[in-house]
Amino acid sequence: MSLDKEKIKHVAKLARISVDEAKVDSLTKDLNSIFKFIEQLNELNTDKVEPLTSILNRSLRSRKDEINDGKIREKILKNSPKKNEEFFVVPKVVE
Amino acid sequence: MSNITNQSLSEILESINSKKISSLELTQAYIKNIENAKKLNAFVTTTFDQALENAKKFDNKPNNDQLLSGIPLAVKDLFCTENVKTTAGSNILNNFVPSYESTVTKNLWNNGAFLLGKLNCDEFAMGSSNETSFFGNVINPVGDHLVPGGSSGGSSSALAADLTPATIGTDTGGSIRQPASFTGTVGLKPTYGLCSRWGIVAFASSLDQAGPMTKTVNDCSIMLEAMSGFDEKDSTSINKKKESYSKNLKDNIKGLKIGIPKEYRVDNMPKEIDELWEKGKKILKDLGAQLIDISLPHTKYALPTYYIVAPAEASSNLARYDGVRYGYRSQKGKDLIEMYENTRSEGFGDEVKRRILIGTYVLSSGYYDAYYLKAQKVRQLIKKDFDDSFTKVDAILTPSTPSSAFKIGEKTNDPVSMYLNDIFTVPVNLAGLPALSLPAGLDKQGYPLGLQLIGKALDEQKILNIGYAFEKNCGYKNEIKKWWS
Repeated sequence: MSLDKEKIKHVAKLARISVDEAKVDSLTKDLNSIFKFIEQLNELNTDKVEPLTSILNRSLRSRKDEINDGKIREKILKNSPKKNEEFFVVPKVVE
Repeated sequence: MSNITNQSLSEILESINSKKISSLELTQAYIKNIENAKKLNAFVTTTFDQALENAKKFDNKPNNDQLLSGIPLAVKDLFCTENVKTTAGSNILNNFVPSYESTVTKNLWNNGAFLLGKLNCDEFAMGSSNETSFFGNVINPVGDHLVPGGSSGGSSSALAADLTPATIGTDTGGSIRQPASFTGTVGLKPTYGLCSRWGIVAFASSLDQAGPMTKTVNDCSIMLEAMSGFDEKDSTSINKKKESYSKNLKDNIKGLKIGIPKEYRVDNMPKEIDELWEKGKKILKDLGAQLIDISLPHTKYALPTYYIVAPAEASSNLARYDGVRYGYRSQKGKDLIEMYENTRSEGFGDEVKRRILIGTYVLSSGYYDAYYLKAQKVRQLIKKDFDDSFTKVDAILTPSTPSSAFKIGEKTNDPVSMYLNDIFTVPVNLAGLPALSLPAGLDKQGYPLGLQLIGKALDEQKILNIGYAFEKNCGYKNEIKKWWS
């Protein structure tokens, strides 16, 4: 299959990445050549194959649902591009 | 005394432990080298003051019972380091200063080492040439027009140029082994789960694994021993007894069975790579190993599988860069959604955006089964190929890369040709296995070439032993002229 510009703009919207109109053509070309490469997989019949979901052959370890840290608000806020006392600040979302 | 920085980590450790040199003298020698090697662009950040202080601290109260007593180390800028900027080679993390230390680096420091600086890499470890870094290309010390490989290109360049006695990288599809091969150094991708992923900037979580990059196999075993180990904070960390890889290093490989997979002889492979492989086989045979022809029939599907699985996981992992909690934020946009879109568009480079788009597409409604599920099934077949082979052999020998280091700019316009660089390294990540790249020879132009030893899961000791025996009998000499200083 081939990806057209509209499809790519839609995917970019889903990924929350704005795409420069001037770059859409070259992006379309690159992505199509990558998908052509990827689609070699269609040569293989995988009807009877179980998908590999974990390489470790066992389920993931879980831990007890207990608080083991905390009181690190300052550390968490330290790298925020915009903050107000105890909060992250984002552009207004409600009027 | 000859220049200490030319020596291997194990030789340097001997000098430190026998007090022939102080940690401070050692650190000063590396700092001098780094200051003279700015042209290589291997470092994103240096931590000289902190390193000098740590060296003095060690000299005042030396503890020589550690694996890395008094050793300064530079590490890939993908490992979070407490209070030291960590960028992952990206504009979006250009101002990120972690408040915590990655488990792997903490393990190194607990073994007596200390930080010398952070090494350049491809943006979010996505690349095979270090050309996708926001902080510019890294130059291969082998030649001023050559890439050092990627994504751990700053690591391979710094190591080969004597700017750090050893280093660590991460390997998602070959990012330790390919740069090691391009610079004539040793690189190990451990078994998935052997080294903790906690505190490493995530790329593709089911494939990412940290590992050592060193000048010798012995150094590699020391570093692996220091950095590996169970970590509760990584849910995929393997809980097993710690091994003494360096103490158990042996060069007797008599009777071991080495598999030679026919599928690794690819079309258009340079004759030199084939000859190198033949040379490797002969060395191992002469040492008493038995060569066995094997087949890994799904090898050719490994790269297409990887280019679904890795971007899918990346698109999910990189969703966290939203310009709100940390990292870069765009000042453009009239609402929250536009702020996200502009932040991510300005913050990520072209290759990262490409991969996020591929990943978003293959996971999107209506395409998931055709791409992602298909790739998971083929991944199963690739793993099964290895499982079947390892009932017959102890290890597998292949070339590390299909070519030597290429020129800067040579492959940047064609993503697929860039991806093909990882053709021999990617299958190992998909199967979660350990693999060691060893310097094995030079091509006609005098550029290094590497061979790869693949082992069973958690069989690092065996491939290190084979590598150790190989190294002693290969006669490879890294003679890089210091043209940059």
